[in-house]
Amino acid sequence: MDGGVELPLVEVSDLNVKFVSREATVHAVNNVSFAAKAGEVLCILGESGSGKSVTLRTLMRLLPRQARVEGGVRVNGKDVLAMRSRELRDLRGGLVSMIFQEPMTALDPVYTIGQQIGETVRRHTGCAHKAARARALELLELVRIPSAERRLDAYPHELSGGLRQRAMIAMALSCNPRLLLADEPTTALDATVQVQVLILLRRLQRELGMGMIFVTHDLGVAAEVADRIAVMYAGRIVETGPVAQVLANPLHPYTAGLLASTVHGQDRDRDIDAIPGSPPDMRRLPHGCSFAPRCPRRTAQCRAEIPEPTFPAPDRMAACFNLSASAG
Amino acid sequence: MALSSEIDSRDRGGPAQPLLIARELRKHFPVKGARGKSVQAVDGVSFTVRKGETLGIVGESGCGKSTLARLLLHLIIPDTGELVFDGEAVGVADGIAVNTLRRQVQMVFQDSYSSLNPRMPVRDSVAFGPFIQGRKKTEARDIARAILGKVGLDADLFGPRYPHELSGGQKQRVNIARALATDPRMVILDEPVSALDKSVEAQVLNLLRALKRQLNLTYVFISHDLNVVRYISDRVLVMYLGRIVELGPVSEIFERPFHPYTKALLASRPSMDPARRIEEPPIIGDPPNPIDPPSGCRFRTRCPFAEAVCESTAPVLGEWLDMQSHVAACHMQDPASGHSKAGQA
Repeated sequence: MDGGVELPLVEVSDLNVKFVSREATVHAVNNVSFAAKAGEVLCILGESGSGKSVTLRTLMRLLPRQARVEGGVRVNGKDVLAMRSRELRDLRGGLVSMIFQEPMTALDPVYTIGQQIGETVRRHTGCAHKAARARALELLELVRIPSAERRLDAYPHELSGGLRQRAMIAMALSCNPRLLLADEPTTALDATVQVQVLILLRRLQRELGMGMIFVTHDLGVAAEVADRIAVMYAGRIVETGPVAQVLANPLHPYTAGLLASTVHGQDRDRDIDAIPGSPPDMRRLPHGCSFAPRCPRRTAQCRAEIPEPTFPAPDRMAACFNLSASAG
Repeated sequence: MALSSEIDSRDRGGPAQPLLIARELRKHFPVKGARGKSVQAVDGVSFTVRKGETLGIVGESGCGKSTLARLLLHLIIPDTGELVFDGEAVGVADGIAVNTLRRQVQMVFQDSYSSLNPRMPVRDSVAFGPFIQGRKKTEARDIARAILGKVGLDADLFGPRYPHELSGGQKQRVNIARALATDPRMVILDEPVSALDKSVEAQVLNLLRALKRQLNLTYVFISHDLNVVRYISDRVLVMYLGRIVELGPVSEIFERPFHPYTKALLASRPSMDPARRIEEPPIIGDPPNPIDPPSGCRFRTRCPFAEAVCESTAPVLGEWLDMQSHVAACHMQDPASGHSKAGQA
């Protein structure tokens, strides 16, 4: 570490999120700890039900009432879990903002793009209508929406999917957040549009010096945007590290399995090395390591205890008893 | 039930006769409240599917690929155009009936949950097809048991369950079983793995490949994921705004694409290597609205090589000769088109 001691922008420690209902308790996030620096892109990679979106939403406390949250969440030194609702309103859209997968449902259909962005600007800066509109125009130009002046008065349904997602990014950036949270922002977009939005997000993140936490299920997308990567399985982080190292040399058997099973130029004459079985039921997690039932390296120990995080190389973490032989 | 050998008693025209020929299929959907306007979902599409091949269809949302899939089964009636199944025209006086076509062609949809009856145990959903086609109830049940086993589900364990009790991958296996229960010759797969997690997607792709070999099937595989299409298809058809822009063997399409749109699609794929990130977008903008498609070549509004001829004249797909033909609908492919780059590519 050079450059002196720097406080991380995001610090999550021993986070547990449960959803309690009469029928069952879902352990969505289990003992998750991670940190992200300002100016860094952290990708949380996981399949559906892995707890990646719940983890992201906890950073802004955007969880339904039946969620039980324990642990520590600090953003820019502030304890998010201890915040009162007034402080939370300042946090959301101010210090931290979020872009969602479906811009059509995240934007309000009965207000124009300009009105929605302007409202956020006025709420956080207290400026006049006219100044807010000018700021909205500036933001639409920042996210490269063509003929931005005209688009200010457009309703969400009048925009294409790619433009809508750009408008949502503009709204998220309206108050210069230090941390941008992105929940699968390109999953609903077409391939040629997805790559445009990824390039835009990467450029804005660099130019504005924001921290970004980017949730995705797509290894290819993670490879395009991430500096570091955290792989989640069944509510736990099983591996973290710099993106190039994790993709080139995965330590955890789940990460290795995910890489092998993602279709990308495999030999057409051979079967893909799929991970057998399916992800566990989050209401009834197995004893020990949740991945053990599908794992080629499992031993008796895996069925009995939950593996603790180990640090086999600088900046690498993996929670597994039987790490890949190529580690280090 | 299914026949493992090369000889299929239902085969009429022999191996050289294409299993399915689509000629000039067209479907425009009128737009409510806008007189005379219509969504030109599929606009003059012709191609053939050879016996035993997997034809991949790729394109972005709104390109008409799902409408095309439904036209092939007459789930949507085409405005104009003709379907020929194993040498016989479909739905005309001296051809075969639509019901006969549907016995031999089945479909698997993207949404594995909404394509199963939520009030029926999945074994009954699978048995329903053979039953409705005249099998006895007990026979249909036996077929369902056998086919559930073939798709990797224990019939005793999973058969009595309802769709909501299964995972996404298991539901999609049931849908594949349901499609195969009537012993079809061809299966149309409309984004069958798009809603699945990656680890499960790989399992289902392996299963589809194994079933195709065992049951002597022909696939039409629709997907927006080029990597999946490259892995599973023998030939690839690329669509843009209701028209075919390129068609050819999979290796040709991926290694020597002709059409600027195909090139852009291929270049938009993430590299899986952080050291080789895409720095500049291959093309800008979104696909235009299919209600009012551009004149001439529909891709011209996003094409870096567009010229006057592209606006005035729609390019035609090159002449298709055989299964090795690689053709594209682009003026740059036609030396006589008047495009300044014609014949150079």
